[in-house]
Amino acid sequence: MNLPTAYTRIAIILHWLVALAVFCALPLGMYMHELPLSPTKLQLYSYHKWLGISVLLLVAVRLAWRIGHRPPPLLPGMPRWQEIAAHATHHSLYLLLLAIPLSGWLMSSALGFSVVWFGVIPLPDLVDKDEQLGELLKNVHATLNFTMLALILVHAAAAIKHHLFDHDGTLARMLPFLKTGPRA
Amino acid sequence: MRRLLLALLIPALGAGTALAAEFNTVQLDKSSVSFVSKQMGVPVEGRFKTFAAQVSFDPNKPETAKTQIDIELASIDAGSSDANAEAKGKAWFNIREFPGARFVSSGIRSIGNGRYEAAGKMTIKGRTRDVVAPFSAKADGGQLLIEGAIPILRLQYGIGDGTWSDTGVVADEVQVRFRFTLVTKK
Repeated sequence: MNLPTAYTRIAIILHWLVALAVFCALPLGMYMHELPLSPTKLQLYSYHKWLGISVLLLVAVRLAWRIGHRPPPLLPGMPRWQEIAAHATHHSLYLLLLAIPLSGWLMSSALGFSVVWFGVIPLPDLVDKDEQLGELLKNVHATLNFTMLALILVHAAAAIKHHLFDHDGTLARMLPFLKTGPRA
Repeated sequence: MRRLLLALLIPALGAGTALAAEFNTVQLDKSSVSFVSKQMGVPVEGRFKTFAAQVSFDPNKPETAKTQIDIELASIDAGSSDANAEAKGKAWFNIREFPGARFVSSGIRSIGNGRYEAAGKMTIKGRTRDVVAPFSAKADGGQLLIEGAIPILRLQYGIGDGTWSDTGVVADEVQVRFRFTLVTKK
């Protein structure tokens, strides 16, 4: 079997769509839960939930796409520990990108505020209303998010390190406009 | 006063006919008053834990039926402690000035198939509006189960004034749902 040498365009688009949604949903989540109750707070919560469910769907599509379109292997010449770290980070991020929206959805159900995606598509409640469970899920949701934030920082720092210090094509594989050198 | 009146009236009506099947006492522990509002398109359920209801209802003679429901607004459970505190405040129910809401029927008619319509007046926050509440009545042993809803437009009563008046966030339509178990007491 021939190994792919590049990410497909679809894989690149999906990566950045998820990144954009997370970039909006994560700070929004941190900000909104401190607010006193107001119409704005209700709006922000809804937007956050819509983004979260979008992430869940996009990641499901990404994983399905990935099964049929294997990502290119890591560039040769990396130390073994970096390869292991890279794979571990990628797999953990996929896991968190599924677990976090799911924990949010579960939390919404448990707290009695269902999710209606984009105000149009009502999602079923995953559990019955149970305030204690809701509070527990709130903590789970927050903990998973701080874990993901740490991993995102590692992921981004590694990508920037590859670009600025190793001068390899790792980042350019996901950001094609960074590609330099002779045109094919 | 009304209760006293009913208490005097009911035996008088019942006298002479053994078939009289007027249900006149609400079993509060088997009854509930709840409501459903829509927030950002999401139906959110809440309830009032404390209410009083006087209902006299004969399914065969709905036109003689009467009802009055009094809701203690401070007993609201709007889904979260934040929401409860907010709902009691000035912009919503302003319970310091208006502690109660009241529905008084003016006429009840059958619309067939065990379903009825109660027309009446709803008073919340000092404002009274005409409402029509469809409900069903089902006999179950010696009990009568009444289930229905009073649709209201919250802004007609000034519920959720000011910044909350944006119906894109909290819809104007609110369903006040009631479920009463009635028995007959002589």
